[in-house]
Amino acid sequence: MSILVNKNTRVVVQGITGKEGSFHATQCKAYGTKIVAGVTPGKGGQEVEGIPVFNTVLEAVKKAECDTSLIFVPPPFCADAILEAADAGIKLIICITEGIPVNDMVKVKRALRGRDVRLIGPNCPGVITVDEAKIGIMPGFIHKRGVVGVVSRSGTLTYEAVHQLSTLGLGETTCVGIGGDPVNGTGFVDVLSLFEKDPETQAIVMIGEIGGDAEEKAAEYIKRHVKKPVISFIAGITAPPGRRMGHAGAIISGGKGTAAEKMKALESAGVTIVRNPAEIGLAVTKALGR
Amino acid sequence: MNVHEFQAKSLFAQFGVPVPRGKEVTSPEAASAWAEELNAPVFVVKAQIHAGGRGKAGGVKLTKDKGAVAGLARELLGKTLVTHQTGPKGRVVRRLLIEEGANIAKELYLSILVDRDSGWPTFIASTEGGMEIEEVAAHTPEKIIKEAIDPAVGFQGHNGRNVAFALGLHQIEPAVLNPFVQLMENLYRLFMEKNAALVEINPLIITKEKTLIALDGKVSFDDNGLFKHPDVQQMRDLNEEEPLEIEATANNLNYVKLDGNIGCMVNGAGLAMATMDVIKLAGSEPANFLDVGGGATKETVAAGFRILLKDPNVKGIFINIFGGIVRCERIAQGVIEAAKEVQITVPLVVRLQGTNAEEGRSLLAQSGLKLEVANDLWEAAQKIVKLTGKAA
Repeated sequence: MSILVNKNTRVVVQGITGKEGSFHATQCKAYGTKIVAGVTPGKGGQEVEGIPVFNTVLEAVKKAECDTSLIFVPPPFCADAILEAADAGIKLIICITEGIPVNDMVKVKRALRGRDVRLIGPNCPGVITVDEAKIGIMPGFIHKRGVVGVVSRSGTLTYEAVHQLSTLGLGETTCVGIGGDPVNGTGFVDVLSLFEKDPETQAIVMIGEIGGDAEEKAAEYIKRHVKKPVISFIAGITAPPGRRMGHAGAIISGGKGTAAEKMKALESAGVTIVRNPAEIGLAVTKALGR
Repeated sequence: MNVHEFQAKSLFAQFGVPVPRGKEVTSPEAASAWAEELNAPVFVVKAQIHAGGRGKAGGVKLTKDKGAVAGLARELLGKTLVTHQTGPKGRVVRRLLIEEGANIAKELYLSILVDRDSGWPTFIASTEGGMEIEEVAAHTPEKIIKEAIDPAVGFQGHNGRNVAFALGLHQIEPAVLNPFVQLMENLYRLFMEKNAALVEINPLIITKEKTLIALDGKVSFDDNGLFKHPDVQQMRDLNEEEPLEIEATANNLNYVKLDGNIGCMVNGAGLAMATMDVIKLAGSEPANFLDVGGGATKETVAAGFRILLKDPNVKGIFINIFGGIVRCERIAQGVIEAAKEVQITVPLVVRLQGTNAEEGRSLLAQSGLKLEVANDLWEAAQKIVKLTGKAA
């Protein structure tokens, strides 16, 4: 088992003819993911590495029976691309694009509310279920099938954690990047609940960072609903207030959203807090009693 | 991106939010000429810097004497203001806003931003105008009123009435009830149409003449939305930004200057923050946040080196790269070429992990460059701290 995606997931790549889109579509396909279609308006009929390109997502859904979308569309057109996927009946939308205006995401999030569709991201590395489907930009080879579910607001920091888990022989089930933007689709809580229900996942690594209160919300949820061990690292204990640290959402504003507050909330929910990012893997080993 | 008060107020005026009559000036002569034209009973001379707390720091002057305005302007222009938001170095005053004074009957607080949890634009209001809203929220949370606006339908009259009656405007001054609701609607339009991240009026005053005026104003913009607004882009004041950060932006690097001694260069924002944290754990302090992005190349690494070395506090450099799609041997070549171009005068530790990390590390080891190579994050952090000495 795993969560969100598996070897049967059929993916359409929106923005497949762009530099990023074509490169990563090829990489995902090489990993074994069923990349069955691409979409670029006006380029229907072309092929990218053997993947048929359609003009609209609707056409891709009809002709290639895809259920999941991976989006590389540039920021000015990305809100439209997400909504196009939702309207075409796509059930899982994974948006990699960084730099979407917040107000665009405000409208997208509202439009998706109450509908049978899940958005992951934007501004995220994507989702990988190890040895089954890589739907994103993460390096596939650092992953090793195992027992740990990973959920994170970051990209390379997630790779760091995954590398440690793989090296120590723990391995991962599914890794989900929820993205570094202030307004996103799926949050920590949703992914935690999926991991809690997944029989293969024995422990959960949650990587947070400064800004917002997603980690505090996650702590409340964990306290009540998560029985599996959760190990967490929160980046930005040294970040100054009022400064945006790379990610649009990584900012301490009005004294809120500090790493210390988040660690405190998670600790009180029984989460193992790792202060040294080099020791995430070790902490999981300990939590699993290995 | 932040803008000055006078720019925020010009946007307010554009969207029908009432502001005092005023003008931005950069010289005592212009101040004098504008005072003549304004011809008000009271003149307010306000220093324009991107920081709050100007009043307490002596950056706001009042006078009833038209002839005194030029003198006040001369006094403020060129002065360095130190407020609780500027840091100890303070900010040099280069512009002033000169306005007519107002007759204040009551001060309110009103702002709008996106609530990250719900993803809805949300107004925050309080009867405690003129104070820092964080203080009000901490000590008297019952005095904070919140109203979320459904982005699907936009601002509705009842959103405004909910806030107006919760503030007790019907008791304080019934004449401003409807204008207040209209003002909120205008502020919502400004917020959404201009891709603002925050619009704040503090204080929003009720005058003795029973009108509403935005006496102060702050607007910051969502950087991701700036491409839609050339007019807003032109409001950027580079004098208010750290020179090294301007240079970094020009090179497509994400850099934030900090106060420590260890310069760091990392790919990815989360890992860059984690690298800062691990430097601290190892006993020193990071000099900066620097994300060179997913694809670190020779060019980005060279630009990173140049920026780090321009910071006189930097006593050592720590490069931390997790090679994913970008292979480590390519990054190692980039570091070697960049290090040859830029004279590295301080200890350098390079940690490479991920795709082809071993090849990358051996390239670095054979390069003849004076640097230390590391595999592990913690090992690397300890090495650079050892080479540069612990923070005092």
